[in-house]
Amino acid sequence: MRGLAVFISDIRNCKSKEAEIKRINKELANIRSKFKGDKALDGYSKKKYVCKLLFIFLLGHDIDFGHMEAVNLLSSNKYTEKQIGYLFISVLVNSNSELIRLINNAIKNDLSSRNPTFMCLALHCIANVGSREMAEAFAGEIPRILVAGDTMDSVKQSAALCLLRLYKTSPDLVLMGEWTSRVVHLLNDQHMGVVTAAISLITCLSQKNPDEFKTCVSLAVSRLSRIVSSASTDLQDYTYYFVPAPWLSCKLLRLLQCYPPPEDGAVKGRLVECLETILNKAQEPPKSKKVQHSNAKNAILFEAISLIIHYDSEPNLLVRACNQLGQFLQHRETNLRYLALESMCTLASSEFSHEAVKTHIETVINALKTERDVSVRQRAADLLYAMCDRSNAKQIVAEMLSYLETADYSIREEMVLKVAILAEKYAVDYSWYVDTILNLIRIAGDYVSEEVWYRVIQIVINRDDVQGYAAKTVFEALQAPACHENMVKVGGYILGEFGNLIAGDPRSSPLVQFNLLHSKFHLCSVPTRALLLSAYIKFINLFPETKSTIQEVLRSDSQIRNSDVELQQRAVEYLKLSSIASTDVLATVLEEMPPFPERESSILAKLKKKKGPGAVSVNELEEGKREGGELNGGGERGGDSSAIASTPSPSADLLGLRAGPPVTAAAPSAGSLLVDVFSEAGVNDDGFLRFVCKNNGVLFENQLLQIGIKSEYRQNLGRMYLFYGNKTSVQFVTFTTTVTCPGDTLVLEPLIEGGAQVQQVINIECLTDFSDAPLLNIKFRYGGALQNLTLKLPVTINKFFQPTEMASHDFFQRWKQLSLPQQEAQKIFKANHAMDTEVLKAKLLGLGMALLENVDPNPENFVCAGVIQTKAQQVGSLLRLEPNAQAQMYRLTVRSSKDTVSKRLCELLAEQF
Amino acid sequence: MRFMLLFSRQGKLRLQKWYTATAERDKKKMVRELMQVVLARKPKMCSFLEWRDLKIVYKRYASLYFCCAVEEQDNELITLEVIHRFVELLDKYFGSVCELDIIFNFEKAYFILDEFLMGGEIQDTSKKSVLKAIEQADLLQEVLIYCYIDQVDL
Repeated sequence: MRGLAVFISDIRNCKSKEAEIKRINKELANIRSKFKGDKALDGYSKKKYVCKLLFIFLLGHDIDFGHMEAVNLLSSNKYTEKQIGYLFISVLVNSNSELIRLINNAIKNDLSSRNPTFMCLALHCIANVGSREMAEAFAGEIPRILVAGDTMDSVKQSAALCLLRLYKTSPDLVLMGEWTSRVVHLLNDQHMGVVTAAISLITCLSQKNPDEFKTCVSLAVSRLSRIVSSASTDLQDYTYYFVPAPWLSCKLLRLLQCYPPPEDGAVKGRLVECLETILNKAQEPPKSKKVQHSNAKNAILFEAISLIIHYDSEPNLLVRACNQLGQFLQHRETNLRYLALESMCTLASSEFSHEAVKTHIETVINALKTERDVSVRQRAADLLYAMCDRSNAKQIVAEMLSYLETADYSIREEMVLKVAILAEKYAVDYSWYVDTILNLIRIAGDYVSEEVWYRVIQIVINRDDVQGYAAKTVFEALQAPACHENMVKVGGYILGEFGNLIAGDPRSSPLVQFNLLHSKFHLCSVPTRALLLSAYIKFINLFPETKSTIQEVLRSDSQIRNSDVELQQRAVEYLKLSSIASTDVLATVLEEMPPFPERESSILAKLKKKKGPGAVSVNELEEGKREGGELNGGGERGGDSSAIASTPSPSADLLGLRAGPPVTAAAPSAGSLLVDVFSEAGVNDDGFLRFVCKNNGVLFENQLLQIGIKSEYRQNLGRMYLFYGNKTSVQFVTFTTTVTCPGDTLVLEPLIEGGAQVQQVINIECLTDFSDAPLLNIKFRYGGALQNLTLKLPVTINKFFQPTEMASHDFFQRWKQLSLPQQEAQKIFKANHAMDTEVLKAKLLGLGMALLENVDPNPENFVCAGVIQTKAQQVGSLLRLEPNAQAQMYRLTVRSSKDTVSKRLCELLAEQF
Repeated sequence: MRFMLLFSRQGKLRLQKWYTATAERDKKKMVRELMQVVLARKPKMCSFLEWRDLKIVYKRYASLYFCCAVEEQDNELITLEVIHRFVELLDKYFGSVCELDIIFNFEKAYFILDEFLMGGEIQDTSKKSVLKAIEQADLLQEVLIYCYIDQVDL
């Protein structure tokens, strides 16, 4: 295509961006006129122009025409035209439904053409686009092509991978059912290419449906064994730099990792033999000096080691694997050192190989110090963390601390957490722990998150033996002319509690302590100052001799008239407290903090979930989530230094943002530390039902995020305030929310208020009655990981109730009027909560209806009336709830003028009592 | 594999192949960011790095960087050899390939990649099979071939 080549050189010769754009616009105009012209274009010209458009698009410009011509080309029976047509369609996917219909038609024709080249092109296109529409059209057809006896090998390969792609995008549409066993038997296919392609599909399907595909294990083992034992030339073109079928071997080993060790002894024996052979081969002299040879060979070796670690049952193999990796730790290839460190990390968690891994400690420490590539150093740090136990904790923590002084910014936060956890976990004497954490703050204060310094305070408070030492150490640390604000926080808290333990020494007399703390005051942020004020009032209690000095400070304008409400309030209250309360009262109010309930550290919970890269299963996630929920309470309490102070402003609690340093986008790396707690698919509706009878509360909470809700409703309108609280010390990046409403029943207008990033207001209008709640989708980046969460917003039909008061007579008259069978919904259900009349009343009132007294002849029963206001109509509803205390059951009857409303109300309420 | 990029030392994108649906805007952003990260790395550094939630495997051949983004559990070394095999295929087809070949015959480069990888997975590792498919297609160039189906009129 000369014209295309000329055009490409023209573009390359353009001296400036402007010239390039000019040339492109000229070409676009030309192509457009050719496409629109009266003269029909021949296939060659069409191909040329479509190719030019493709080139322009790949340069990064938008292309909004040419699709029709491309579809034209792909329906051609000239191969090259068809090929270009398909390429264009695959690259510039378009969602125009008419166009998709035409494309699907052409694909269908090619699939049934029985011409293997055409079939492959069509399959490629399906795989490239991989849209839901494509899956709907072809997911049924492709398995047939894949297993048909007369399908050419090349087509089988394409069909297998095409199906895999569709399965990944729309698993619900790809039903293997009857094909399962024939697909598994593709592992026995004579053509190595077919096996290579099919195994990718089988692996993916096995991960999702292990039981249905478990016959693949023995087939995979025997295939692997044949490859491993073959000579390097047996497999001809599938031998890669003297390594027989490296890709297939890796994939077979990966497939086996979807399953536990084979139960059949013979199969297992054969597999162990394979793994031993692979380990043996690593010791043989290389057959070629080429890096490709060693890469291919080692790729298999690492995959085999992954399988050995996955099984975690063969001590002999585990130790051999560890020794092999140990050799790689000192290999001259950076790639191998990197992978050895990574792989050893998982080995360290196995009881069989933990000791063997530990023998490499010096090499790993050396790597941390000398590797020139930060990604390798990161792996070394990970491995040190993984191999740490009581015997080497002091050494490892010391090395990590000294590394922190020069560590790259990108990994500091993670390193800090790791040091903090190791120090706590393996602390034999707590003075070492306190030293370590204070060092941490000194070296990398900006990266010390709240959890870390909360935790050190918790531990000091709970352990009498370390309190004096802690007070002495913080006092010394605070002497430094420039010390980090986190140090001031810890210092303030600890001296406020235990300053008396070192007050005997004239060098740290009460007044010296106070002056030291107060010298830092003016450089600190508001939350730290608030904490210091609390420390001061504690001083007044501990050391009456400081009272006048401190009162003086509190009385000064900069405190008592501080523009910050929290500071001002504390100053005023503490001043008053110190002047009017008697010593006894003061001593009681300002008593030493009671020990914190012994709970697991919240930072530990964070890291517990990192079991090694990729090793986190959904189960562990859920477990982690539960833990996290509980533990956060502990963490927060630890840091709540305002427990003795006045009420903290609620917005500050919810925000949780102002403590902790702002971190630039490049710095946080905690994402890799925390697992993606939202990664479970599906909608989270745990909180949803709790809001049927109330309007305010916490809708959702996990380790990262808390979402609070306040809402108000009037007539058919409502307004909901969502409060997003970041519970971490790191900024969430690209935080976006979308609200969607199924059907056209509600109008929701989300408004994000300018400036206040944490509050979102949603205006709600109810158009007609509805059952499905609107969904709130939240996406943000935490560290590196994208967090994605979908919640049901608690907007339910009963929110639009207007209570209606009526007398007994009216009630029964209306009750009878609503006597059509579909107008009534009834449910009989067991009580979930205690049957307390007052609680029931409160819940029914919260529902939004009027609770009518003296209507039902039986005083135990409750009746309610109300009108639901929607834009389209008003729906009158009556309700009767009959508790049966003996049986612990309820009968709930709802009647309303619209059947869907009765049904929905009944469903909602049945979960409430 | 999530995507593969080919770009030059000067940061010009020469080929991009995405194996998961990604919005154009995000693609551009990711390409820009990743090029910056990779181009900043020194020659002796390791070929793997963690980037966002992906593992990046890259290798430089003359003036071109070949860069693959793979999933957490994928094998890095074998991915490195995927790149090498692709380079070999290009080399064999073009006869000692250079950047210009890929610029001027970009569509051929895409066809070769498509024959080798599909949906991000290896279709065939045999050099012969892949090249046979491409060469067959070239033989068909401009030759009317018998079609088994009725032509669709548009």
